[in-house]
Amino acid sequence: MSKFKKKKSGDLPAISTASLPDIVFMLLFFFMVATVMRENELSVENNLPLAGEVEKLSDKNKVAFIYIGKPNEKMQKQFGTNDVVQLGDKISSVKQVQDYVNTKRNKMNEDEKDEFLVSLKVDRNSKVGILTDVKQELRDAYALKVNYTSKEGNSMKNIKK
Amino acid sequence: MARRSAPEVNAGSMADIAFLLLIFFLVTTTIEVDSGIKRKLPPPAPEEQEAPPIKEKNIFQVLVNKNDQLLVEEKPMEVKDLTKAAIEFLDNGGGDTPRTACGYCQGKKDPASSDNPDKAVISLVNDRQASYSMYITVMDQLVKAYTTLRNREANRLYGVSYEELKAEKDGWPETEKEDNPDYEKLVEKIEKVEELFPGKLSEAEPQKAG
Repeated sequence: MSKFKKKKSGDLPAISTASLPDIVFMLLFFFMVATVMRENELSVENNLPLAGEVEKLSDKNKVAFIYIGKPNEKMQKQFGTNDVVQLGDKISSVKQVQDYVNTKRNKMNEDEKDEFLVSLKVDRNSKVGILTDVKQELRDAYALKVNYTSKEGNSMKNIKK
Repeated sequence: MARRSAPEVNAGSMADIAFLLLIFFLVTTTIEVDSGIKRKLPPPAPEEQEAPPIKEKNIFQVLVNKNDQLLVEEKPMEVKDLTKAAIEFLDNGGGDTPRTACGYCQGKKDPASSDNPDKAVISLVNDRQASYSMYITVMDQLVKAYTTLRNREANRLYGVSYEELKAEKDGWPETEKEDNPDYEKLVEKIEKVEELFPGKLSEAEPQKAG
């Protein structure tokens, strides 16, 4: 009987944790590579809709971002709960869109200026009205290439209640 | 007596360090969305310019009201049927004179619908109070109609789909674009397919509420 017991306890090997650092490093590298540091801190809600017919954005240096949505909780005291436009990292008025776009475009190389693109990051709960005003400003500024930034997916899911 | 070897460094805490870094990156990561529907806005219109004459039958009217309801060609419609309706309209090929006829269309040739894809215009009008998610869904469905038809034509002409051609163009290395006959041929193919079904999607000024 005692012989039987001894054998059992003696044969249970400890699991080697020597490869744990390797596994963790693998995960670490994945996140380091996949991380894109956010350029602008968001002051508005920005839950993007889904769309199927998407194309990838080109080089980040040729893109200007315009965010549209409700101010987030921190900003609601100051800006209310109506949809607003965020240019760079602060909430601005629609009239400033032209200046913002022109400033961004002037920083680019001369030969790349016609590849300039505006990425419109619009919250899925905002109204079309403010987007139209922004688009009108973009037209006046001759920034005609736009990208309605949206996640890849089935767009029919946007409107399911 | 010389020391034989340096004492071994204890690597047991390596996992802890790695975990610390891992958790830092986990917390700070926001995977940014970098895809979207590409559109081109029309240049600013000169004041008091008259709209070019377009026959009523060549316009595919899509209206979205403030309750996110869809009105297509004056009939209410569900969004899921929109792509099919748009394809039928674009692919109709109802032109009967040699100048307007469409050789590659496979539609019903209904004389009351569009003459050919070059003439056909989709007009999208939104109420200002309509939601953005509805807008992007409608836009996506309409762009899908164009892509479906372009895929069909690209398959017929070149044996590959339009989307594959586009993907190949996007994946082309930047340094090998100039004076490369293969690249030029690819761009030419894409332009040819886009010419057969030009994306004529017009957005009017949205209507005021009410």
